[in-house]
Amino acid sequence: MATIYIDNVPYEVKDGENLLQACLSVGKNLTYFCWHPALHSVGACRQCAVIRYRDENDTRGRIVMACMEPVADQARISIDAPEAKKFRAQNIESLMINHPHDCPVCDEGGECHLQDMTVMSGHNYRRYRFKKRTHLNQYLGPFLHHEMNRCIQCYRCVRFYNDYAEGKDFGVFAAHDDVYFGRYEPGVLENEFSGNLVEVCPTGVFTDKTLRKRYTRKWDLTNAPSICHQCGLGCNIIASERYGSLRRILNRYNGDVNGYFICDRGRFGYEYVNSQRRIQHALKQEPAGQWQGLKKDTAIREIRNRIRAAKRVIGIGSPRASLESNFLLRELAGAEHFYAGVSEKESRLIKEVLHILRHSGVRTPSLKETETYDAIFVIGEDVTNTAPRLALSLRQAAKNQPKEKAKALKIADWNDAAIREVIQGQKGPLFIAAPYATRLDDAALATHQAHPDEIARLAFAVAHHVDAAAADAELPEKAKAFARQVADALVAAKKPLIVAGTSLYSPSLIHAAANVAMALKKAGKEAGLTYTVPEVNSMGLMMMTDQYLEQAFEQVYSGQADMVIVVENDLYRRLPADQVDEFFRKAGTVVVLDSIAHRTGEHAHFVLPAGTFAESSGTVVNNEGRAQRFFQVYQPRNDIQSTWKWLQAFVEKEQLAAANLDDVIQQLTMAYPELEGVREAAPGAQFRVGTQKIPREPHRYSGRTAMLAHINVSEPKPPEDPDSPLSFTMEGYVGTPPAPLTPFFWSPGWNSVQAVNRYQQEVGGMLRGGNPGRRLIEANGSSLQYFTDIPAAFHPDNFHWNIVPAYHIFGSDELSALSEPLQERIPALYLALSPADAQALQLQPGQQAELNVSGQTLRLPVVIRPDLPGGYVLVPKGWEATAGWLFPVQSSLKPMQV
Amino acid sequence: MEKPLTAHIPKDGSWLRLKDYERVGGYQGLRQALKMTPKEVIDMVKDAGLRGRGGAGFATGLKWSLVPTPDQIPGPHYLIANGDEMEPGTFKDRLLLEGNPHQLIEGMIIGAYAIQAEFSYVFLRWGYQFAEKALEEAIHEAYEAGYLGKNILGSGFSHELSVHISAGRYICGEETALINALEGKRANPRAKPPFPVVSGFFGRPTVVNNIETLSNVPHILSKGVSWYKSLSKCEDGGTKLYGVSGKVKRPGLWELPLGTSFREILEEHAGGMRDGYQFKGALPGGGSTDFITAEHLDVAMDYNSVAKVGSRMGTGTIIVLDDKTCVVGMVLNLEHFFAQESCGWCTPCREGLPWTEKLLLALENGEGKMEDLKIFDDLTRYMGPGNTFCALAPGAMEPLQSALKHFRADFERHIHEHRCPWK
Ligand SMILES: Cc1cc2nc3c(=O)[nH]c(=O)nc-3n(C[C@H](O)[C@H](O)[C@H](O)COP(=O)(O)O)c2cc1C
Ligand code: SF4
Ligand code: SF4
Ligand code: SF4
Ligand code: FES
Repeated sequence: MATIYIDNVPYEVKDGENLLQACLSVGKNLTYFCWHPALHSVGACRQCAVIRYRDENDTRGRIVMACMEPVADQARISIDAPEAKKFRAQNIESLMINHPHDCPVCDEGGECHLQDMTVMSGHNYRRYRFKKRTHLNQYLGPFLHHEMNRCIQCYRCVRFYNDYAEGKDFGVFAAHDDVYFGRYEPGVLENEFSGNLVEVCPTGVFTDKTLRKRYTRKWDLTNAPSICHQCGLGCNIIASERYGSLRRILNRYNGDVNGYFICDRGRFGYEYVNSQRRIQHALKQEPAGQWQGLKKDTAIREIRNRIRAAKRVIGIGSPRASLESNFLLRELAGAEHFYAGVSEKESRLIKEVLHILRHSGVRTPSLKETETYDAIFVIGEDVTNTAPRLALSLRQAAKNQPKEKAKALKIADWNDAAIREVIQGQKGPLFIAAPYATRLDDAALATHQAHPDEIARLAFAVAHHVDAAAADAELPEKAKAFARQVADALVAAKKPLIVAGTSLYSPSLIHAAANVAMALKKAGKEAGLTYTVPEVNSMGLMMMTDQYLEQAFEQVYSGQADMVIVVENDLYRRLPADQVDEFFRKAGTVVVLDSIAHRTGEHAHFVLPAGTFAESSGTVVNNEGRAQRFFQVYQPRNDIQSTWKWLQAFVEKEQLAAANLDDVIQQLTMAYPELEGVREAAPGAQFRVGTQKIPREPHRYSGRTAMLAHINVSEPKPPEDPDSPLSFTMEGYVGTPPAPLTPFFWSPGWNSVQAVNRYQQEVGGMLRGGNPGRRLIEANGSSLQYFTDIPAAFHPDNFHWNIVPAYHIFGSDELSALSEPLQERIPALYLALSPADAQALQLQPGQQAELNVSGQTLRLPVVIRPDLPGGYVLVPKGWEATAGWLFPVQSSLKPMQV
Repeated sequence: MEKPLTAHIPKDGSWLRLKDYERVGGYQGLRQALKMTPKEVIDMVKDAGLRGRGGAGFATGLKWSLVPTPDQIPGPHYLIANGDEMEPGTFKDRLLLEGNPHQLIEGMIIGAYAIQAEFSYVFLRWGYQFAEKALEEAIHEAYEAGYLGKNILGSGFSHELSVHISAGRYICGEETALINALEGKRANPRAKPPFPVVSGFFGRPTVVNNIETLSNVPHILSKGVSWYKSLSKCEDGGTKLYGVSGKVKRPGLWELPLGTSFREILEEHAGGMRDGYQFKGALPGGGSTDFITAEHLDVAMDYNSVAKVGSRMGTGTIIVLDDKTCVVGMVLNLEHFFAQESCGWCTPCREGLPWTEKLLLALENGEGKMEDLKIFDDLTRYMGPGNTFCALAPGAMEPLQSALKHFRADFERHIHEHRCPWK
């Protein structure tokens, strides 16, 4: 710590920071543009000027940029000195000479950092009397709207997109007052994190196109703290609604998880919530097949009667449903008749991951901690497409070793440009072994492509290199050299991180990854081990049951069960269609609770409209084992509600039937002591600040009395939320609520997302009161032996081609793929194979190839990928036609007969 | 009067070939240097009092001594000769480049030896195409003669040198922007610290010196410190190339003792004002220095003396303003250049210079207002030293702020008469 004097008042601040961080951290209002807490300082905008004095006798001082000055003990600065204030106001005046004066029609208006800084600087009178410089805008794809005239040339966008996310199709062009930020020509911005420009850009240059379609001001949104449901990482998000539709997703800062950034799937994949395919009311299917709408009460009564009459009811849960919804289903069906709605294969994989997390003794880092590792070995995962946000963290971690050089030159951590100049794009030890070249490969020092079995063998060999006690596998020459290089780099590192996951459906790969991590730990390394998992609550679900889908089917086939309740699950995405068809033929009464109409629903006798994350509250557990609460955003004006609320109507247990979320969690933790931490994921419904609830709406929310005036002029009573301390209105506590309950970031003078500064203990650090979420699993004392299940070496089979799943950030996830803006980015289903295999099979690019997977014939256009070593082919996972395949599948393969 | 830098430049417009250069003592300085330790070379240049001729006047030996030795930071070190020369009114490096390239090459090898640099570059203004040809041929000659390449003159020291042609922007002359440009990046300057001597070209220790600066070095080594100091009329050592442009009788460039008086340069060498023209003021060191006026005619043209009268020695190339030329028009012309050459990185320069230019244009067109003078005052202070990311904008403000100080009445006449009184 150091003592600095700001306008003669002493403050204790952190060493090693810059003065801007220090000023903001102690709560000062100091204007800035180019500095960003994750992108750090470059000194471009000159907006953070303060006066720095040599000592207490220096009365004149000189102007310095606070973001470029290190904190030094006894440093004396002034924010309020007239020259400093004048300079900052003049700087705004300069920025405004070319800026449009039309905030009322700008999408950023009301949450614009430029507005905030302009007001904060005190500049208000325009002296510039000449024409403004103007630019042309570009089409950038379905996600982002571009309005270059609003640019203040802070360079944050290029620094995020090119330097941080390492995107290649964006840049800064031209010079002097004509600098331009965009693509070299109009076109879709490719990078998977492009949406962060909405928040990184301090003005209205980059705005959310999906919001723009149904535009509303920030202050008119009803918001809730939520958790992204589009992959297994559980990034924290703010979800916002108006007029009964979800309007946008913003990043919700969590210092342990996503920090300042989320991926485009999370940000723009929400529109399934507003989809035409939403189930709005309870439905009943008549024997003849026609559907009939049911009143809520009728539906409940009829289903209740069926349950009472049934011999045995089984419940099929879901990895995309909350703990609470799965729990209510378990309580309804009974623990022994509650099944995870995933295949045996998948359930065993996740069980294995849980087992390793609990017993390997190796730490599984949070996303934020991931950025502190200095060597990484990715085993089998196409991280950018299976757990996107993790890829962004890995990119940062990969720079840690090169950054040591800058440290040696005593360049401060925040001096971003200087660090980059020293490291010059040099790559750190990031190694990727995957079945195909992944999106992250450009950041890797070396990569290796092979069949999943060969990757597992390779990883076993790496573990053996690190510790000879671990089982070894024979490798081909090239793989051998790679394995040695990886092992040496991991051993040379301080904090090596192993990343693997379930995406290739290979248990031995998961074991091999554990071996590497355990061997490194044994070698005295501060090793880390991260597994990615398929869905938002894959971990939570498998913490609740060992039983899987095939066993549920067995219950029906054996005639023991005659009624099935399926919760938030399309079973056609879990098992091959013929098996699921067979199951439904025999299942007796089928009740499906889900938000979206799908094939499983077509087999139901009753369908109940379940809430998506936006209409529900609950808890999910991410890949790291972190329990995180998400809250209902709004009260829909139909029968949609949380699955667990629907199920309450059918459980016999009295404590549950009338319970609120807290009571459900109470029961849940009694049933599962390991889930105890779920209670601490967020304060309970009784929580108040004083006597006040936390409003979901900003205090400037407008139009409440007018919104429904065309129906009824008397304002309806606002809905109550018995499950959380959040109110559905603007009334309540105006201030900083506990972090897990923060529905939006706002602070006096700070209307943009950058108000988050005021919610953190120090800027860029932990949220006040601690980051939300509770880790349920901690690595303690290792009790695991090295795994030995080395798979046999892979041998291609020209009659039974191995099909390995390929992943796509846009397309592989079930719900986000239904969102319109994403659909433009989803590639058409394809079959990819190596040039040599294509030649042998006489397949040309674009030609249709014929596959036969579990009796089903499929024709797919051929893509030739030189990165594939051959012997196996790729088909995207998650498309309707491939969703139920149990990868890795086998198929015959031939050109389509014409 | 000795003119070590220019005496041997052929008068016929050709350049001094290696054999001729050697005949007049060429590469003796290098031979001398290679007999010394790098530190002794640095100390000698320090003692000689050579100050950088690129504009800032930074002591060359001191700069070299700040480079970490290869023991401290192993791996490549670099030396760059700054031949961007785009400062308005400046054409001194051109003469040296076109007439005596070996002198520069020798200076670079000596400098490289002093800082233990393996590679050096000449960063050359795009338009200097004759210089490029001369340099390329001279470098070839030097390689052939063993002055460049492996194990130079049997000393064990090896060095590679090549020429890079700038894409042609003023900011490329700023040393850190130059380094970025040389790396193939946008020519935006870099923040200092870290200084290039620690983290420069490709993040490696790098010295950037002006062409004229480096051209002095062989003579210091070959003829010694006291000889070098005796060349000058002030406490700093050596001669200086002084240039004069404007309505003088003989515009030109002369090598004179450092510290020669402004009056001598103007009246004796440039022959005084052309008939019918009165001296009104001058930018003593290129377009980005403050005006001096008739009362300063006797100032000695050295770094410290020019600073004392409120301007800068800069590049030592004088632009003369006469009574028949509109000062507002002259400053407008300069600010047009600076605004266009702003790299666009920092706010004050990127936005402030075009505004400045537009205000001056309005003034020239008779559309100025009295409030504009207040805005000029604000803008000159706003773009002052330390406020911007690099020295371009503060340099750009120097002619304007001094014109407002010395010739404010001229500005006001434009406003009151709603026209340019000189048109
Ligand atoms: C905008 C700008 C342009 C410059 N252009 C040149 C140039 O063309 N040539 C040059 O030698 N120095 C130029 N400089 C100065 C260099 O940054 C640097 O100080 C100089 O090359 C160092 O050499 P010296 O120490 O030998 O003087 C420029 C500086 C600025 C701010
Ligand atoms: S587009 Fe936005 S982020 Fe990029 S430079 Fe302009 S204002 Fe800054
Ligand atoms: S990385 Fe996953 S959780 Fe995070 S925003 Fe993207 S899809 Fe959502
Ligand atoms: S003052 Fe700023 S904008 Fe101007 S050239 Fe220097 S860095 Fe670029
Ligand atoms: S925030 Fe400090 S210069 Fe931009």
